[in-house]
Amino acid sequence: MKISREEVKRVAELARLQFAPQEEEVLTQQLDKILQYMEKLNQLDTKEVEPLAHVVDIVDAFREDRAVPCPSPEGLLANAPAREKNFFKVPKIIE
Amino acid sequence: MNLYSLTIHELHQKLKKREISSAELTESVYQRISATEDKLHSFITLCRESAQAEAKKADARLARGDGASPLLGIPIALKDIFLTQGLLTTCASKILGNFIPPYDGTPVKRLKEAGVVTVGKTNMDEFAMGSSTENSAFSATRNPWKLDRVPGGSSGGSAAAVAADQCVASLGTDTGGSIRQPAACCGIVGLKPTYGRVSRYGIIAFASSLDQVGPMTKDVTDCALMMETIAGYDPSDSTSVNVPVPPYTKELNSSIKGLRVGIPKEYFIPGMQPEVEKAVKDGIKALEKNGIRVEEISLPHTEYAIAVYYLIATAEASSNLARYDGMKYGHRRPAKDLTETYMKSREEGFGAEVKRRIMLGTYALSAGYYDAYYLKAQKVRALIKKDFEEAFKKCDAIITPTAPTTAFKIGEKTQDPLQMYLSDIFTISVNLAGLPGLSLPCGFDSEGLPIGMQIIGKHFDETTILRIGFAYEQATEWHKRKPTLDRG
Repeated sequence: MKISREEVKRVAELARLQFAPQEEEVLTQQLDKILQYMEKLNQLDTKEVEPLAHVVDIVDAFREDRAVPCPSPEGLLANAPAREKNFFKVPKIIE
Repeated sequence: MNLYSLTIHELHQKLKKREISSAELTESVYQRISATEDKLHSFITLCRESAQAEAKKADARLARGDGASPLLGIPIALKDIFLTQGLLTTCASKILGNFIPPYDGTPVKRLKEAGVVTVGKTNMDEFAMGSSTENSAFSATRNPWKLDRVPGGSSGGSAAAVAADQCVASLGTDTGGSIRQPAACCGIVGLKPTYGRVSRYGIIAFASSLDQVGPMTKDVTDCALMMETIAGYDPSDSTSVNVPVPPYTKELNSSIKGLRVGIPKEYFIPGMQPEVEKAVKDGIKALEKNGIRVEEISLPHTEYAIAVYYLIATAEASSNLARYDGMKYGHRRPAKDLTETYMKSREEGFGAEVKRRIMLGTYALSAGYYDAYYLKAQKVRALIKKDFEEAFKKCDAIITPTAPTTAFKIGEKTQDPLQMYLSDIFTISVNLAGLPGLSLPCGFDSEGLPIGMQIIGKHFDETTILRIGFAYEQATEWHKRKPTLDRG
């Protein structure tokens, strides 16, 4: 096995996801099968290869520090699951 | 001749001469949608009223003699991944079930400035994760050529809508084949431009180093026309590249004589549908008659592309989708504390495939596994890119099948994620290397399902692949066939 039920539980916690026990079982099997397939990559010796994060040679993109129009507070807050006046209302973060 | 069945360039002539109005054309398209949408489910949202208003505006511009943009007054459909101001944008996910964007993304803004009429938002795999459009939280789109088949994915709603004349053209996105594979499955033209060619600003992100926006159209000329409007540098997307956009349509007619086309032996493999292989090889022969020179080439790391892709794309997705936490927008399920609220909201909001990919990506990035999976995948990605660099020393373009089979049956691969991933085997490397890839129809199998041919170009050389595609289209009739919307 490439991945255990315990690891699936731990990764779910990291990803802020949760699964019913039966789902977790199926998911473990599926992820295991996918990770077995990924093993293919170990056939290749990549010691001397530089990792590629980005295909286009671009450098940091800077812009002038100038105010530009952006969506109205009303437009942005219209999608808020909960709001109070001009604020997003969220559950208490610090006890 | 029904107006809805025509192309952008045909309709533009009629609109410019004022033989027809955009209002009439838009009405014709909506009548077609009314007659077919029950069978196909191509759309998540239709917006007839705003479309009629846009058509009226376009007609006013046309009346003033403003016929400059070939897209003025043309009804198009947008994949539901594009932010559209004031119009529901779900990404086919319950987590964005009520999301009304406060602004237009850059490609949409450019299309609107050109004067298009938006008919609606098309169905897709949730967050563009899938190859069949079955992962939509709302409905499965049917293939217009055979209703028991998938339209491909993730831009399956767009592909079905274009094939069935429910819109004149559409805009899709492609992270591992999501424009080209559905285009092949539905018998239309689809282009994934070079990474950095079209702005990704205002497109819901899946895998940011791979995502690109591109046209899905009835023929190559329409594809070139759409590109002229959507392509180009955008300061709002720091990965968009500041290079000039060529006049694609002007270049289409130039001769392809003497162009060198590479045929990679790794793309003709045991297990692929023999009819697909034959159609693509016949297509290459037809192009040889038009003067291209064919050379066998090798892309030796092709077999590793799926493994690389499903590590990199899921890693990027796990990070991109962390934003759906139910705080500023999207679905929220209040629970006993903040962490519980995150978990419940995400559990209810995301579908099975999206969760699976977030899990895989989180795992690949997590402590203890990062080097073995994510870093390893980035290294092999470098080898795949190098394969293409070597190949392009010997040729100007590469031709392959777009997909190993024609459209598969609905439900056939939903239980086996890995089998579904293998549908993208011929399209994925192009995203990993950031190259442009065009899919166009090159035949039909014995069941009447379309077959797609893929033409891959050098970085920022969409022109050459469009020219080859155009020459092929002039020599063949495949793109003129229309689906009958018959049951399986």
